[in-house]
Amino acid sequence: MKTREEIFNSLKQEFPRDVLEFQNVPVEPVITVNPLAINKICHFLRDVEGFEFDTLMCLSGIDDANGEKITEADGTVTIKGGVLSVYYHLYSIKLNHKVTLKVSASRENPEVESVESIWKCADWHEREAYDMFGFIFLHHPDLRRILMPYDWEAGYPLRKDYKNPEFYQGIKIPY
Amino acid sequence: MYNLLNNILGNEYLATIIAVALPLFIFILPYALYAVYGERKVSAFMQDRIGPNRAGYQGLLQSVADILKLIQKEDIIPNEADKKLFNLAPVLVFAGSYAAFAAIPFSGAYIGADIDLGLFYILAISSVVVAGILMGGWASNNKYSLLGAMRSAAQIISYEIPTALVVLTMVMVTGSLNLKTISELQTAYFWNWNILGGAFSGIEKFLLIPFMIVAFVIIYISTLAEVNRVPFDIPEAESELVSGFHTEYSGMKFAMFFLSEYANMFAVSAIVAALFFGGYQSPFGYLGNTIGISWFVPVEQLFWFTIKGLFFVFVQMWLRWTLPRLRVDQLMTVCWKYMIPYAFANLIIVGLITLI
Amino acid sequence: MAFKTEEMILNMGPQHPSTHGVLRLEVELDGELIISVKPHIGYLHRCFEKHCEAMTYPQVIPYTDRMDYLASMYNNFGYVVTMERFLNIQVPERVEYIRVIMGELQRIASHLVALGTYGVDIGAFTPFLYCFRDREKILSLFEMTCGARLLYNYMWIGGLSHDLHPDFIPACKEFLRYFKPNITELNNLLSFNKIFIERTANVGILPAETAINYGVTGPNLRGSGVKYDLRRNDQYSVYDRFDFEIPVGTGANGTLGDCWDRYYVRVREMEESIKIIEQALEQLPEGDINTAIPKRIKPPAGSIYGRVENPKGELGYFIMSDGSTSPYRLKVRGPSFVNMTVFSELCKGHLVADVIAILGSIDIVLGEIDR
Repeated sequence: MKTREEIFNSLKQEFPRDVLEFQNVPVEPVITVNPLAINKICHFLRDVEGFEFDTLMCLSGIDDANGEKITEADGTVTIKGGVLSVYYHLYSIKLNHKVTLKVSASRENPEVESVESIWKCADWHEREAYDMFGFIFLHHPDLRRILMPYDWEAGYPLRKDYKNPEFYQGIKIPY
Repeated sequence: MYNLLNNILGNEYLATIIAVALPLFIFILPYALYAVYGERKVSAFMQDRIGPNRAGYQGLLQSVADILKLIQKEDIIPNEADKKLFNLAPVLVFAGSYAAFAAIPFSGAYIGADIDLGLFYILAISSVVVAGILMGGWASNNKYSLLGAMRSAAQIISYEIPTALVVLTMVMVTGSLNLKTISELQTAYFWNWNILGGAFSGIEKFLLIPFMIVAFVIIYISTLAEVNRVPFDIPEAESELVSGFHTEYSGMKFAMFFLSEYANMFAVSAIVAALFFGGYQSPFGYLGNTIGISWFVPVEQLFWFTIKGLFFVFVQMWLRWTLPRLRVDQLMTVCWKYMIPYAFANLIIVGLITLI
Repeated sequence: MAFKTEEMILNMGPQHPSTHGVLRLEVELDGELIISVKPHIGYLHRCFEKHCEAMTYPQVIPYTDRMDYLASMYNNFGYVVTMERFLNIQVPERVEYIRVIMGELQRIASHLVALGTYGVDIGAFTPFLYCFRDREKILSLFEMTCGARLLYNYMWIGGLSHDLHPDFIPACKEFLRYFKPNITELNNLLSFNKIFIERTANVGILPAETAINYGVTGPNLRGSGVKYDLRRNDQYSVYDRFDFEIPVGTGANGTLGDCWDRYYVRVREMEESIKIIEQALEQLPEGDINTAIPKRIKPPAGSIYGRVENPKGELGYFIMSDGSTSPYRLKVRGPSFVNMTVFSELCKGHLVADVIAILGSIDIVLGEIDR
């Protein structure tokens, strides 16, 4: 059973360029890694003895909204620049320890390596992150919308600067 | 009765209708209406609730309300459906079950058509129902209905075989295909019923008892499958196929399917009662005979016949609300790997016993 | 001459008697054999997560009820446990015990629905009515406590909304006394019925490694033999004071991890819940039901992932706060959402009738999948 600090140190040794920092935020510290190397790191975390993270508890997207806020002519606020993040919560049933990983990708081109090949439950979680935030998960077998209708054109709902469209297939949306 | 009417009216067809078709119709219609009501009440009491109790006293007018509603409903035919077959299917299904009633003896004095080939005719005419079901499923232009219809056809045809084998066994024991003769042979005391060995004397009777019981069980289960009742009701499996082959029917046509299902249930219960439980004979002798009123005896026989038929219908309803449903391949396994070998073995052993 | 055979695509559409909600299954059939099943969800998406970003922390609680509407108490429970860990609040003992009692009663109610509707899917109509009759009694217990039958809004951050009604404890004891023999009756009627076993044994076999990799939790994982229950493994509230077993599947009537195992684990779990409630009722202390919490709840800027054992699996709440009174991001990891991913894997090679049997044994609620 390892603490998060120990896991961070071992990861930093193994992947010096990809494991970025250890944020000691309340209540659970977070390890930040490179979005395009998350696959390698998760393989390591799942297969190496002493870590054995065999379940992915949760995968969630977050809109950090730390870009430049531009107010358009009609009063709406759009955000340019900044990052979108994905949080991974991993747990090991055998060794009973947890770790939280975080990757940040640019808002204009949010590409993250998919971990679906490691834990199959990431399949639908990544589809939901794509649906709600617009992440492109590389090497995902079937990346399409999951909760919104398949032909929803108006953007990604959970982003902070999302605005509902007027009409969808002839139905008026605001009421 | 047919002869009497023929002499009076001179016209054969009219005589047939009044002597055969009309009484049976008058029997089936109220029976089917109240069988639906009975099923709802029986299922309610088994499930710890009350059932219909608003329409009329204790809900007795519920069936009347249902029929009035179904008659005035719009007759919807799906656009892509094959109209001729769609309209023909309920007619065939009802005709098949209704025609089977002709050879069933209701009492000593009344049998619709006293033909020597009674049982053979019944088995043959009930197969018309298969054609009707297939037509209904195909003409609905609906994948679910088609699946249901195909399953139903496979099921009914497979289960005709154990039924026929058991019928053959009984023919060997009693020597006749005419249900009236079979009922007459099992005289008016219950120890002479076929399930208890038949009206023989000596060791033959006691040897036959276990095999008669096996035969009864086999035919009861096979006829359950013929009428598409649980545990064999996959053609109408509500949770998978949303009503199977009669999904697309509405109004009077749907009522026809329902009516024929209950008519079929009574027909097969009547056959089982006639073959094994004495048909219209009373178990204890006749009140009419002891008192001396000889015209009372056929009335008593009608009473006993209806009681026995309704009892077996009740057991069918009881099974429906207790058991889950078999999957289609398990159903076929039960038929081909268990029922048919047992029925065959039964047939051979009974044949040997009758030779003794 | 070669026959041209095509696979048939059957749509078990959003409206169907046994898909347990609005779920669309696209089934590719070859006769009666299944080649593939693709579930399509999103018909019940109500934008719960976006709503939460506009409300304050206590205002989120009624919305959590509506996700898994058959186990609302536990949704509340998960949220308040996570928030209390985030804010580092200690609640009074009485509150903990009442929460456990309500949670376990809710577990029994949720399993009764699962078992009853599973029976209907297989074709046995009567156990459904017996299960719902028993569930009515639980719902009247809940109504006595907080006034609502299905969506309670009962557990608040730092305490509860109402204390127990004075008649609650005798009524609860009466219910437990009444309910115990009903489990035996359910077993006789359904669990050990030969036809039911034929329909569910050796169908939808889920090996333990596949289950762990797909993130399956709850009775589905325990049915495959893995003894993993969050009430023991990742302890929360006062569950460590009670003596109860964790039932796992044993492959008694077929293979380990088939539908019957998952079904029977739920029946056994109801028995264990009865034990927990009895012990909790005995140990229930007196006291206050609310603790002092600030008028405006402002957690420190950071994040937390808290999880509890919902009747259907691991219910997780990922709450990220930026120091204000509304959550910055609230993500719910619904157990049914993750359990559903393994469904297409389980259905391969079975018949159409088995799809319904497998779907019923996974026990999903669409409110939780779509949020």
